[in-house]
Amino acid sequence: MLKLERRATPSSIMSVASPLLAAVGMLVTGFVLFKVLGKDPVEAFYLFFVKPVSTTYGIGELLLKTTPLLLCGLGLALGFRANVWNIGAEGQLTMGAIAGGGVALWFGDSESAFAMPLMLLAGVLGGMAWAAIPAFLRTRFNTNEILVTLMLVYISQLVLSWLVHGPWRDPQGLNYPQSQGFGDAETMSILISGTRVTWGIVYALGLALVAWIFSQKTFAGFRMQVAGLAPAAAAYAGFSEKRNIWIALMICGATAGLAGVCEVAGPIGRLQQQISPGYGFAAIIVAWIGRLHPIGVVFGALLMSLLYLGGEAAQMGMGLPSAITGLFQGLLLFYLLAADLFITFRLKRVAPVEANTLKPPVQAETAA
Amino acid sequence: MQRRTFLKMWSMATAVGLAMAAPVAAPAAEPLKVAFVYLGPRSDGGWTQQHDLARLALEKAMGSAIKTTFVENVPETADSERVFRQLAADGNKLIFATSFGYMEPLQKVAKLFPDVKFEHVNGFKTAANITVYEPRFEEGFYLIGTIAGLMTKTNTLGFIGSFPIPSVMRNINAMALGAQAVNPKIKVKPIWVNTWYDPGKERQAADTLIAQGADNVAQNTDSPASIQAAQEKGTYAFSIDADMSSFGKKAQLSGSTEDWSGYYIDETKKVLDGTWTGNRRIRWGLKEGLVVMAPLNPDIPPEVVKVFEEKKAAIIAGTLNPFAGPIKDNTGKEMVPAGGKMSEATFSSLNWYVEGVEGTVPK
Repeated sequence: MLKLERRATPSSIMSVASPLLAAVGMLVTGFVLFKVLGKDPVEAFYLFFVKPVSTTYGIGELLLKTTPLLLCGLGLALGFRANVWNIGAEGQLTMGAIAGGGVALWFGDSESAFAMPLMLLAGVLGGMAWAAIPAFLRTRFNTNEILVTLMLVYISQLVLSWLVHGPWRDPQGLNYPQSQGFGDAETMSILISGTRVTWGIVYALGLALVAWIFSQKTFAGFRMQVAGLAPAAAAYAGFSEKRNIWIALMICGATAGLAGVCEVAGPIGRLQQQISPGYGFAAIIVAWIGRLHPIGVVFGALLMSLLYLGGEAAQMGMGLPSAITGLFQGLLLFYLLAADLFITFRLKRVAPVEANTLKPPVQAETAA
Repeated sequence: MQRRTFLKMWSMATAVGLAMAAPVAAPAAEPLKVAFVYLGPRSDGGWTQQHDLARLALEKAMGSAIKTTFVENVPETADSERVFRQLAADGNKLIFATSFGYMEPLQKVAKLFPDVKFEHVNGFKTAANITVYEPRFEEGFYLIGTIAGLMTKTNTLGFIGSFPIPSVMRNINAMALGAQAVNPKIKVKPIWVNTWYDPGKERQAADTLIAQGADNVAQNTDSPASIQAAQEKGTYAFSIDADMSSFGKKAQLSGSTEDWSGYYIDETKKVLDGTWTGNRRIRWGLKEGLVVMAPLNPDIPPEVVKVFEEKKAAIIAGTLNPFAGPIKDNTGKEMVPAGGKMSEATFSSLNWYVEGVEGTVPK
């Protein structure tokens, strides 16, 4: 008989192996699934994981889609480590896009060199302003930030919808809900020619490094980690919970806002009703796959991005339904959470209990 | 019930397809690759499903001369550009983009692939290799108005709108005009839900409209929620895109649905025989069989059916134009003079309500 037993110390081997085990579990399940569906698994895996990145354009697309996932994932991971449950990165992204896009529209077709820096700044500030609402409500009124950040997502989308239907609508656009296209100086330059990937990915990777330094090497980062791991200890040490909440939400607002402005100033090139296919929510998975670690988040974002592209390729190449993307993402998270159990627990063989002996009331231990 | 309706539409589409496919010459060695890009899932029970049924009818009609591919759930974000580009790079020579939000990405990709032919639904930007196609929804909605105007007891109709874009504004106005032509006392109450598909919001809107006395509710959103609401409250509703009577047998009086198969077969044949051109703006309606009225509810009295059939025949014959003047907006300003027709510019940028529609267009 096997029993779950808490490890004396969390296993460092398992914490590295867990994402790899999850990936293997996802692949094995996918293999069986393709077999059952009567599709050639090898071809399916080729379409899913190789074909999307077999051209320069494909790699550009991978990086392009990684950018917002990585930016949002970085901000979220820092917050999650400090027990700040911001799930509204999508709304902060939208507000960043609105603020940055607003600046772009104000510049119009101007060739000013200030346009792009100001747009990026506005995007960052827009995201921060939106994240300041739940930070204020949580620190002042102890409001649950999960609900507030989520509800603010819908509000931000309605604000965007109102703007593109109303004041910011393209006067030449026959009443279609979109703004004018941004000018050349208001569009981010392309990083690799022949692709759509912009300098946004460079900012995102740079910020991953900054986030790593922040969380590993600074006192503020240390305070936030302690607050997440042992809130009582953090309080005893006199670390301000309020300050942690503000820092966590401001950072995520900034990175998500930057992600938003990079989308509208990059591949989209205008404001329109929908600018994100749910990056802010997918980034929650990214943060967890990346072990809430800035460098891990980079790989998590790349993998999630590849799953999106692979799902499209599998549809085009094999006629598989688009649900295949969500299925693989779900499998990955499912196996990851399952494998994570073994970071703090291990399986132990115990002797079977005799039927006639008095059974002690066994309390099944559950994952904390 | 729903399945039966699908089968019926399917067989209809196939029959049309087979009839039209007959004269096609022996298929070329290399099949023409035709791709479809969908905003929603194929099984959405409405808009996307109708396109996919037509894709299957196209495959059936053209046999080995073509090969179709589809990509579903493609959002109107930066993602659609990649999908179009990938499809073009994969050798698809005719690509149908079935949502208006694909307009800008399509412009970019079409420039990169001048030998690929693109067709865009409900947009307004054409190019040498982009043709725009749209249904004359207003004909269907005019006839919805005809039935609703005669069936209402409160003289109040409801309309659940998605987004106040021109193609939707045409529908609410056409419904109002169709109803007023048979019942001058008609008022139309709109509610905009700012979504194409959200059963919860649509249900709420339907309940609100019914509570305000709208005993006939039409919709420009995709779920059957308003049919279900009407079924429970004992009022009437109209479906869109597909027949939704399985959700409310008594409530659904009719509806404006689409059968795209004829159009897709036609355009594919044009590509095969080399007569396809870009820069076209095609509108097909009842006459061409793209707009199809959902089966009439047997509870509709014969005298109403008679008026409906007359109006339908007149639209098909071209003697009845839903937007013939005089048309006033709901502030009383004359927008189309008596004896005149709505100009193309007004038609394609419509953003005002006709007389009898309440409220102001959300900006």
